[in-house]
Amino acid sequence: MSRQPYVRPVSRTTWYMRHGRYRRYMLREVTCLLVAFYTGLMIWGLAALAGDSPVGWERFLAAQQNPVMIAVHASALIYYLVYMTFDWFKLAPKAMAVQVGERVLPDRAIVFGHYAAWVVLTLLVFWLTGVF
Amino acid sequence: MKMERIEADVVIVGAGGAGLRAAIAIAQSDPQLVIALISKVYPMRSHTCAAEGGAAGVKGADDSLELHFNDTVSGGDWLCDQDVVEYFVRQAPLELIQLEHWGCPWSRAEDGSVAVRSFGGMKKQRTWFAADKSGFHILHTLFQTSLQFPTIRRFDEFFALELLHKDGNCRGAVAMEMRSGRFFSFHAPAVILATGGAGQVFPFTTNGAIKTGDGMAMAYRAGVPLKDMEFVQYHPTGLPGTGILLTEACRGEGGILVNKNGYRYLQDYGMGPETPIGQPVFKTMELGPRDRLSQAFWHEQKKGNTVETPWGDCVLLDMRHLGEKKIDERLPLVRELATYYVGHDPVTDPVPVRPVVHFMMGGIDSNLNGETPMPGLFAIGETSCSGLHGANRLGSNSLTELLVSGKRTAQRAAGYAKETGRHAEDGAVTAQADAVVKGVRDLLLQTGDQSLAGVRRAMRTTMEEGAGIYRDEAGTRATCEKIAELRGRCGAIEVNDKSNVFNTDLHQTLELFNLLDVAETVAEASLQRRESRGAHQRLDHTERDDENFLKHSLAFRQDGGRPRIEWLDVTITRSQPGVRDYSGGKKE
Amino acid sequence: MSQRTLELEVLRYDPEQDSEPHFQQYSVPCREDWAILDALNYVKENLDTTLSYRWSCHMMVCGSCGMMINGEPVLTCKTFVRDLPDTVRVEPLANFPIERDLVVVLDDVMEKLQRAQLWIIRQDPPPVDHEFTQSRGALQKFKQYTMCINCMCCYAACPQYALDKEFIGPAVLALAHRYNRDSRDQGQSERLNTLADHDGVWQCSFVGACSEVCPKHVDPAAAIQQMKVDGAIEWWKQRLPGSKR
Repeated sequence: MSRQPYVRPVSRTTWYMRHGRYRRYMLREVTCLLVAFYTGLMIWGLAALAGDSPVGWERFLAAQQNPVMIAVHASALIYYLVYMTFDWFKLAPKAMAVQVGERVLPDRAIVFGHYAAWVVLTLLVFWLTGVF
Repeated sequence: MKMERIEADVVIVGAGGAGLRAAIAIAQSDPQLVIALISKVYPMRSHTCAAEGGAAGVKGADDSLELHFNDTVSGGDWLCDQDVVEYFVRQAPLELIQLEHWGCPWSRAEDGSVAVRSFGGMKKQRTWFAADKSGFHILHTLFQTSLQFPTIRRFDEFFALELLHKDGNCRGAVAMEMRSGRFFSFHAPAVILATGGAGQVFPFTTNGAIKTGDGMAMAYRAGVPLKDMEFVQYHPTGLPGTGILLTEACRGEGGILVNKNGYRYLQDYGMGPETPIGQPVFKTMELGPRDRLSQAFWHEQKKGNTVETPWGDCVLLDMRHLGEKKIDERLPLVRELATYYVGHDPVTDPVPVRPVVHFMMGGIDSNLNGETPMPGLFAIGETSCSGLHGANRLGSNSLTELLVSGKRTAQRAAGYAKETGRHAEDGAVTAQADAVVKGVRDLLLQTGDQSLAGVRRAMRTTMEEGAGIYRDEAGTRATCEKIAELRGRCGAIEVNDKSNVFNTDLHQTLELFNLLDVAETVAEASLQRRESRGAHQRLDHTERDDENFLKHSLAFRQDGGRPRIEWLDVTITRSQPGVRDYSGGKKE
Repeated sequence: MSQRTLELEVLRYDPEQDSEPHFQQYSVPCREDWAILDALNYVKENLDTTLSYRWSCHMMVCGSCGMMINGEPVLTCKTFVRDLPDTVRVEPLANFPIERDLVVVLDDVMEKLQRAQLWIIRQDPPPVDHEFTQSRGALQKFKQYTMCINCMCCYAACPQYALDKEFIGPAVLALAHRYNRDSRDQGQSERLNTLADHDGVWQCSFVGACSEVCPKHVDPAAAIQQMKVDGAIEWWKQRLPGSKR
């Protein structure tokens, strides 16, 4: 007929360049590459531990002390610690609506709760692993 | 191109609160009937969404149907058909409960029951509300509820053009699919018009762009009279410039109106004595009826007591004493609107307001059952005039009206449709539909030097001048003549857009023709009602004249001339015309 | 009141004349209190009556006037000239096919609204001549999600919807959540069966753009994440011994 709706194309590969909020989203999502990397690392480490000889394990440990690896571990730690934690904790209240009677718990209460739990768990891990 | 033909049992034109309520009622009671629901906008855009304050229905133990009846009849200055009012007040609470069962998020009292608030002209608190977005929530509740009924066939963004009728019986309607320009003829034994009011006839209105009186005009052109068209309600508190509504609930919750001297001027107009700030007393001062409040503004303006603003003369609506908490809880939308559109936050500033056209008490002549003089044609909601509101509507009665009249008329229409049965295809009716199509095609070809916007602006200017809050013989007559002249100029409007696809130039031109049809009935009826009653006030006939004018006006279309006005007696059952006393001193 | 001239670049498209959309310029003298919608109305009344767009209430409640203003999905009646630069790009809502000029095809979302069972579902009959008792706290649980005006700005912002039209989308999911959290409703399981699905909540990767642009602060992103939790719990409940599937 005379109608001919026009579909504006969206690029599957560069859509996130269109707006700042999409670029920030991708910054968050790109951490999946780090997750994939650490998964590989854990598999290697487990395989090394489970192996017949201690050589594999020594090799694994040595690899972690390589300066490149240390740089990777350090930046991952900072990225997760500083960026991801803040970002995800900020989003946490969205998934949990806590209400007492008529009053809804303000977002910062939930965010604070997350940080508090994080600190407690970190201390627990430190204690269990003999850091102190 | 052959016109597409749709067969149905009931056609409903307009998918706002009334239309949706009617559709649901039929779908529930008669699931074998096919309903064609036509709307020129998606249903959730219907102007019901803009209503703010609430819907009235007797709730409290200290309230009664009798009181609601009396408030409504006296509010309507005894022009109400009392049989309609009796039925209405009885059904109101039932319909509001039904809406609650369907999920309407009514605001609640401490004990979890639905809360009620004070409203203008009401003796008791009986206005059910959903914060200050009552109309919005009612509309969305009805729309979402309607989605579960497959027998409601929706035709969204179809512009209804004309009714089809044969031998004085309604047979259906012709509509245009807006996005393709294709024409559809809808054939059904029963047609319900629910197209709303026509505030767009005036320059300052709370009404959205779509309120162009399409259904009123279609019925009028088909020979059905429009009743009580002179009664146009000005809402006292609209934002200047845009006309955006600030609900009566602002005053129900305790807001006050002051002039440039900080004086609560309403006490000078029969609505005193002054009540304590923040403690409104029913039916006096700021809780007086809308017609009296708007008229008080007019007088204050004449006296030079109004505040000058960048948008013209205003008075001030002061809600500061309500406090931020109460405003955010009960009037959050009002706060947003005042802040965005006039730059005044009601928590910290008084807000400039003025009366703006809000509601048409008049409309298609209909009775308690929504039946019009044309068998098979029904009308509900603001587009109808059943006699419920009389000469002045009380706030929060119209949202309830949508529900009560929607359901009642739907039952009648369904019964009528079953009794009459679908008509066979008829050459005369098809020819009628073809003529409508030809009319639109001719319109697209017409040339001339008149602009749509120019004619529309001229119409609005003359309506405000001669058919505004106060009318008089010379001014109103001049408006009648001007409207007639503007009708003539319509033949020289060129529709620049020739596309078939969503041609809003064409849609707005068709809407203008509907507006002019409505305008001529408003002007003529205003001229010929030589008394003052409710919202119709004459400077040259200042008193109510029950002897000659305790009647409804009926405006009939005359080919090539001004409308013919006839008169119809008001149905009085219990309440004889009395004095409308909104002063605080009296006892009821 | 002072005036300011805005240069509007408006995307035009008439399928009967154009093979693709193109921009058209208009110079508009604007009052300082105008919304961009007022500027469009000025264009239509005085410069070019062929410009087509949807609008009605001009008070942020009907949802008709959603468009892209300088790349951002907004209600044009709520976007004020005082907050805009001198050049304004006006385009139809993103992620929808263009019907004509600034009018988009909304069929997809209308169909999804239908599919999501957005009405009160009851197993037991409601109380007989009075309302359900619903405390203020219970109303608070879902009230925010009732505010959706169906303006579809969230769909225009959502990159998941941009790339995959099967995604049910923010507004519809938020409305479903509104019913799930309404104490009067008994249809949560039924709704979740449809919506806690790969085209439903699990297609959402929590970009959060929808909530950022929502003019009524409905926060559909929150609704969807909460529905993910509800959906997961529901999935497990249905697998407990003795449950009705």
